Amino acid sequence: MTTAPIPSPAGGPDITTQPAAALHDPGSVLARKPRPAPPGRVSASLTFAWRALLKIRRIPEQMSDVIAVPIVFTLLFTYLFGGALAGSPHGYLQFLLPGTLVMAVLLATMYTGVNLNADLGKGVYDRFRTLRIWQPAPIVGALVGDALRYLLASALVGGLGLLLGYRPGGGAPGMLLAIALVVVFALAFSWVFTLLGLVVRSSNAIMSLAVVVLFPLTLASNAFVDPHTMPGWLRAFVRVNPVTGLVTTTRAAMDGTVTPGQVGIVLAASAALTAIFAPLTMRAYRNHR
Amino acid sequence: MEAISDLAVHATGLTKRFGSTLALDGLDLAVPAGTVYGFLGPNGAGKTTTLRILATLLRPDAGTARVLGHDVVREPEAVRARISLTGQFACLDEDLTARENLRILARLVGNRGRAAHARAQELLDAFNLADVTDRPVKTWSGGMRRRLDLAASLITTPDLLFLDEPSTGLDPASRLQVWDTVQALADAGTTVLLTTQYLDEADRLASRIAVIDHGRVIAEGTPGELKAETGAGHLHIQLASPGQGEQAQAALAHLLDLPVHPDTEPGSLSVAGPAADQAALAVAHLECNGIPVAAFALARPSLDEVFLALTARIQDSSKEHAA
Repeated sequence: MTTAPIPSPAGGPDITTQPAAALHDPGSVLARKPRPAPPGRVSASLTFAWRALLKIRRIPEQMSDVIAVPIVFTLLFTYLFGGALAGSPHGYLQFLLPGTLVMAVLLATMYTGVNLNADLGKGVYDRFRTLRIWQPAPIVGALVGDALRYLLASALVGGLGLLLGYRPGGGAPGMLLAIALVVVFALAFSWVFTLLGLVVRSSNAIMSLAVVVLFPLTLASNAFVDPHTMPGWLRAFVRVNPVTGLVTTTRAAMDGTVTPGQVGIVLAASAALTAIFAPLTMRAYRNHR
Repeated sequence: MEAISDLAVHATGLTKRFGSTLALDGLDLAVPAGTVYGFLGPNGAGKTTTLRILATLLRPDAGTARVLGHDVVREPEAVRARISLTGQFACLDEDLTARENLRILARLVGNRGRAAHARAQELLDAFNLADVTDRPVKTWSGGMRRRLDLAASLITTPDLLFLDEPSTGLDPASRLQVWDTVQALADAGTTVLLTTQYLDEADRLASRIAVIDHGRVIAEGTPGELKAETGAGHLHIQLASPGQGEQAQAALAHLLDLPVHPDTEPGSLSVAGPAADQAALAVAHLECNGIPVAAFALARPSLDEVFLALTARIQDSSKEHAA
């Protein structure tokens, strides 16, 4: 029943013309071992996290936005506005860097929705959804992969900042705490995009929606300028904007002046975002066809 | 009477609407356990929708479905534990390699590291995919993806396998391999529910067939029963001397009591619907009466013909029909 592989002149087997032989051994398609117990929640989620890592390795170009955006924004804001806003780029950088950190990581959350949306269209999720696994596992696992993206974006902003002369008052612990808080918040915020990824029809629509939502949220905050020069109505928005709270805490952590209350606010906001959008995401996931 | 527990699939009154389209209109289905069951119908008839409901991917708007004794809406986990679905479009990660795809799935059905690796390798060997294992799936041909997709469904042998149009777009060799696999599974006791547009596929694999149209089952039975119900196919005759066409046409019409049509080629005739024994006698009759026959063929009814015959009959007797 076996057929010898046909040697191809080019070297390796020519995979487009290689003939399909009869089954090598029809019996071996049957699993001889009894059906194993289904994986637990952690095991299933970790498998999906592994899948996300494999995909990053296979298509590294999907990381280009995560790499380019933080670098471009940090350089652009520092040298474009530094002189006008703070007298010198170097002076502005002390104020700006926590803001660009927040912006770079939050902008990276949109790819969570874009990637999920693209994944859902390919049918591989049909298979996942007919498996007896903890149903949120594919999304939780994907978020673990996204956490890696957020860490990479954070590291780039932080590293570039240090290179340009940024000196955190809080030292390395302050820097790491700031990055940890931003990544935690970004993961919570990602549930907004997992929901959008499920209910919005195309990846392009998610991108445009993300730009409309993320740019006002990050720009109309205290990330780049002190809000006291803004008109009253905008100041009111800045005050209730959750990004403002995140930037305040991030800045305080990096300056070494952070209070437990500030950390608490970020964690509470993250918990609230997750509590609202994770269940909505899972409901949309169950009803997705 | 057949006990409900002997049915791998038991669906009653399945209804599903997408916007203004009624995809399923009270579909009933009973698939005996341990058989290969064919689900035959044109595009848009509701085959895929039915499969997706049975595989717990869609909820029906009305009706109930039990798969291997479990309700698909109330006990989806119990259903998922025992089924596999091979969709119409390959359900694979295009960016990953075959080995990565299979190892991920092997873990997700509960295999641990080494066992997952071993099972992936075993399937890659079985489906002759070992040579291309480490190339991303997006560089593969359609037939190879289909085989990998089927392999991915068999990491643990399911009790019920859903195959949505398994051979659409496959080259003949890949198709044979899919058929071999279905046969091996059926021999080992797996129930296979496959949708197809091809009568020959249903004929070859399935012990029973349901014909579906507009979201309802319009006929059900063994392949033989269905073909008998819809009559035989066409008898084509090529005369040795084209000049005898009219003479032959008259003789056949008289003998078979069926309309005889000359084909475009001179001396070529066709008759719709004679039984095989009558067709044989008719050919012999021509030979014995000095009208030599160069070639003849009794074509089996195509799916189109079976299907058209069935739908035409439904329209004729829509009031009596209670599916």
